[in-house]
Amino acid sequence: MSNQDSNTDIPCEQQTVKFYQTGTFTVGNRLLDEGCRTVQATAERANSLDSGHRACQGCGQALGARYALDAAMRATDNKIIAANATGCLEVFTTPYPETAWSIPWVHSLFGNVAAVASGIAASLKAKGDTTTRVIAQGGDGGTTDIGFGCLSGMFDRNDDVLYICYDNGGYMNTGVQRSSATPPAARTATTMPVGDNPGSSFTTGKFLPAIAMAHEIPYVATASVHDLHDLERKVEKAMTFRGARYIQINVPCPLGWGSQPALTIKLSRMGVECGLVPLFEAENGKLTDSTKIRYRIPVEDYLKLQRRFAHVLKPQNTHQLDAIRQIAEDNIKRYNLV
Amino acid sequence: MLQQISGSIAVAEAVALCRPEVVPCYPITPQTHIVEHISTLVKSGQLKNCTYENVESEFASMSLCIGASAAGSRTYTATASQGLLFMMEAVYNASGLSLPIVMTLGNRAIGAPINIWNDHSDAMSVRDAGWIQLFVESNQQALDVHIQAFKLAEALSLPVMVNMDGFILTHAITRVDMPTQEQVDQFLPPFVPRQKLDTEAPLSIGAMVGPDAFTEVRYLAHHKQKEALSIIEQQAEEFQGIFGRDSGGLIKSYYAEDAEIVFVAMGSVIGTMQELVEELREEGHSVGILSIRSFRPFPANAIDKALANTRHAIIFEKSFAVGMGGVLASEIHMATVANDLKISSVIGGLGGRTITKKSLRKIIESAMQDELDTEVFLDLEGTTVVRELRRQQEEQNSGPVAENILRDMGVVSASKTH
Ligand SMILES: Cc1ncc(C[n+]2csc(CCOP(=O)(O)OP(=O)(O)O)c2C)c(N)n1
Ligand code: SF4
Ligand SMILES: [Mg+2]
Repeated sequence: MSNQDSNTDIPCEQQTVKFYQTGTFTVGNRLLDEGCRTVQATAERANSLDSGHRACQGCGQALGARYALDAAMRATDNKIIAANATGCLEVFTTPYPETAWSIPWVHSLFGNVAAVASGIAASLKAKGDTTTRVIAQGGDGGTTDIGFGCLSGMFDRNDDVLYICYDNGGYMNTGVQRSSATPPAARTATTMPVGDNPGSSFTTGKFLPAIAMAHEIPYVATASVHDLHDLERKVEKAMTFRGARYIQINVPCPLGWGSQPALTIKLSRMGVECGLVPLFEAENGKLTDSTKIRYRIPVEDYLKLQRRFAHVLKPQNTHQLDAIRQIAEDNIKRYNLV
Repeated sequence: MLQQISGSIAVAEAVALCRPEVVPCYPITPQTHIVEHISTLVKSGQLKNCTYENVESEFASMSLCIGASAAGSRTYTATASQGLLFMMEAVYNASGLSLPIVMTLGNRAIGAPINIWNDHSDAMSVRDAGWIQLFVESNQQALDVHIQAFKLAEALSLPVMVNMDGFILTHAITRVDMPTQEQVDQFLPPFVPRQKLDTEAPLSIGAMVGPDAFTEVRYLAHHKQKEALSIIEQQAEEFQGIFGRDSGGLIKSYYAEDAEIVFVAMGSVIGTMQELVEELREEGHSVGILSIRSFRPFPANAIDKALANTRHAIIFEKSFAVGMGGVLASEIHMATVANDLKISSVIGGLGGRTITKKSLRKIIESAMQDELDTEVFLDLEGTTVVRELRRQQEEQNSGPVAENILRDMGVVSASKTH
């Protein structure tokens, strides 16, 4: 099931680009040959998630979902059915009687999206439809906590589903509570910055990409919304595999993080550049590639733009800052980020 | 074709004749033999164009059903008891999304104390979930009603639950008449949903509906169930036309119209009651039975009519609402409120306790003498209950009841006595 088609190379990776936008290292689409531009930069993009939805200003998840689905649509000749877990994405896109989805889309419950998607895949299989493909999408809470059993089952059966987790580090739709993907020390409504250990606990949490790799599914990747080329490439690559695939996208949430809406892209990039958000790919449980950090920045530069970490930068909490630095160090080693 | 097989195998074979396209499953006694058998039919190639999935929980199995049904496939699963509770959130979701899923419930008690045997607590726990809930009296009916269930579900775009008594029916080997594929195909056309997840005609299913439209959506769900009342009757007739058997329908009366005292019940206990009633009628007593075959929708009018000449209705139930009493009894009371009908609620067969003809005879004899209480627990073992109640009066009332009883009997754990 995990066989990969041959047409995975993306020719634009070969293009030499001479200019960078100042300070960001991002290649603007207008500097690229037409064929190398992102799906988003083309008029042919599917607009799977259309405008008019009700996300907060600067919502990283709205960007991530739009980018990911449009890339998947291009990769499959517009043959995508999507299932959605309860959460911000579901709520802000479908206030009845309106919908922002232009693709077939279903929402059932908070904790069952992987199983609903498996059901759709089972239906397609029974009907002998091999061209229509299925995507499940959920937030980090719906993925790492309440939907974990269904997700693990979907991995185990290697059902032909791409699961996309939009990780904003908490239960945002219900007012920012801690999930098992909430970063240590982060302030949430259930882990307030009070007491001796302010903010979320320094327990292991659940880093789902690693758990997905442990299931040895055909493809696992992490992405972040600032790097559109990378994100689209990974989604398109995921669609070349059959079987269970998992992509986790880092999506800043201005409301939950206490950050400026205008800084969403910048924070997405900074999370990666400081080592707290490792970007990598894995096939059949083995790491195959990781995105090198170009200019490593101190974690505090990233933390200080988010109110959820304000207490970490206070003198009495240097132990927390040190522990977070260590997490970045560990990521860099584990995922070969430099 | 006549066959001597268990209820579970009969149901599995009947489901296979209905050509399901997706069957997710999860084991739980007493329904497991059904999904085991379907698995073999799929794996051996006898049941074609069907995806069978071994999933990780009942919550997942109903969720797969939801996805598959929304994508336009005929979908089936089975569960019981704890399994039904584990899938509960998805059970409500399936009916809320109007998905024509068919599910067998091998009726079993709910713990704690854990109990694998038959009663109707599981079925009653979803009585407000928006599913059609049918009950069967025999294995032949179980088989027949499953075939009707798919047609009914797809005609109404509603999920249908076929309730068959665990062990008493699922595990009983009896003679059944298995229809041919041609007969079933004649009765049950392929599933063609009006709306499904389709890349050629995209639509959003499962949006968040607010106060402005929620009442209307709920009212329409209620209305649809009421419409089902006539469709269930029509389909039972149509079924009889093709298969020559009276199976299904809303209610079934055995002498109820001209009997003074009538047992009202659901499921396999009707068989025991039939034997008793035949005996009693031979002895010259005016007794009858009303079998409720469709519990949801609740055929209130049909029941009211059937009991119009009855003096005393004895509502026999294999479950009850703790702190309230018999659910069916109170619903029958509502249905017949205009009648001058005496109603007694008898709760029995809990957790698989055998319902003997002898015990039922005692009940009906005390009704004849006008001595039957309004609420009776059949064959309740008085000594144990009285001892526990007395103890509770004397000391603080804490801890699990079953274990309290053991403590008083001097048994605490394998190694310790008290
Ligand atoms: C069974 C159940 N429990 C709780 C909820 C409440 N709930 C809805 S969305 C949500 C938070 C979603 O968090 P996440 O999955 O991370 O998505 P986000 O909103 O952050 O994008 C919660 C707790 C629910 N809908 N269903
Ligand atoms: S709360 Fe966060 S994730 Fe939700 S819509 Fe607002 S910005 Fe997006
Ligand atoms: Mg979240």
